[in-house]
Amino acid sequence: MSALSALIRRDILVSLRVGGGALIGVLFFLSVVVLMPFGVGPDIALLKRIGPAILWLGALLASLLTIDRLFAADHEDGSLDLIVMSRTPLELTCMAKAAAHWIASGIPLIVAAPILGLMLNLDGAATAGVMLTLLAGTPALTFTGMIGAALAVTLRRGGLLLPVLVLPLSIPTLIFGVIAANAAAAGESLLGAPFSILCALSLFGLVAGPIAAAASLRQGLD
Amino acid sequence: MSLIDLANPSRFLALTERLLPWLAAATAILMGIGLQQAFFTAPDDYQQGAVVKIMFIHVPNAWLSMFVWGVMCIAALGTLVWRHPLADVAAKAAAPIGAAFTFIALVTGSLWGRPMWGTYWEWDARLTSVLILFLMYLGIMALWRAVDDPSRAARAAAILTLVGAINLPIIKFSVDWWNTLHQPASVLRIGGPTIHPSLLMPLLIMALAFSLLFLTLHLAAMRNEILRRRVRTLRLMQASAAQA
Repeated sequence: MSALSALIRRDILVSLRVGGGALIGVLFFLSVVVLMPFGVGPDIALLKRIGPAILWLGALLASLLTIDRLFAADHEDGSLDLIVMSRTPLELTCMAKAAAHWIASGIPLIVAAPILGLMLNLDGAATAGVMLTLLAGTPALTFTGMIGAALAVTLRRGGLLLPVLVLPLSIPTLIFGVIAANAAAAGESLLGAPFSILCALSLFGLVAGPIAAAASLRQGLD
Repeated sequence: MSLIDLANPSRFLALTERLLPWLAAATAILMGIGLQQAFFTAPDDYQQGAVVKIMFIHVPNAWLSMFVWGVMCIAALGTLVWRHPLADVAAKAAAPIGAAFTFIALVTGSLWGRPMWGTYWEWDARLTSVLILFLMYLGIMALWRAVDDPSRAARAAAILTLVGAINLPIIKFSVDWWNTLHQPASVLRIGGPTIHPSLLMPLLIMALAFSLLFLTLHLAAMRNEILRRRVRTLRLMQASAAQA
């Protein structure tokens, strides 16, 4: 088994076990979606109209809150130093860790979306739209969040600084994700310009995120 | 004396101490000329009336908010690639100034929007992307203050600055790519400016005046940052000597 696949397997297993925090993201997603009707009012028609946006916001905030687990646990027990010093290129290692994080934390959010969509009275087309746009967009959130997580490794007490750094970078993903999801809810074809741009953002994050994160880790750990 | 000699902080302090009074005077004079041109010589717009004169404050600040991020990017490259001693001082000093220019651009634009568009704010592409730029400036300033050691903070902030540079072309071309309420490019566009020279000249003078203002404030802030680091080093030396 190559080093990268071993790393992915290790990260997924650690986060799925007790204390790993993979499913905490889903719980937070649920909390956000439950809180929205309390704030907005129980008007079913309104919730159906803004439902895709609520689901996208919940997924964004949930992925934002779990992103610091990407490097923090490894940094604390010293494995991050070993990973940085290994022969595998650090960019590929960061890509592998982000992929593992997405599998462990991002996919549960996508799976939870239809169930939460029921609470917001979304119909089939809207739910399918939200799921597909989340599938295309959560990798972008993970990869840009990884940049913030790598920067936060250098801080001793990151606190809320990490979301503040990552949030401006995630806004384009949110914008295009909601536009594409709303287009699907309205009955238009999903595969239009906003969805393509969403996929482009994920692909761009796939390349730019590991490069920036690797540079941050190298600078921050010495 | 070559440019590399300026990398010595003491030489930089000596040079800027001689240079700053002249820069400040030139800024004041140019700002005075520009304001006089803007408010007394420039004509009213046929549609907007005298409200168009907010442009002479709003547009230079908007240009500079992007220009200062560009300066920070060059300083970031200086830190990461060339390891220039004063690059991180320049980057740290520029961030609050750029944030202030962005804030003034947003506020004056909002005040201009109320009589012209009927609203203080609109979530169109240009306004949203400039607001994101403002949030990024605040994030950079927070990152600088989150790490005790300035040189480690410098490298983290340098990477974040370069990542955030993607926002600059988005802001510039947002009015072309999307159907926005904000008016399209009128000065820096293919085909030349569409503003009448009687309004364009005061605008360019004000832009030059604000640029000189940035240069003056930036050099003064760099001096302060160098002195601040010296105080910090002295305090650390004093604390370790007291321990011994």
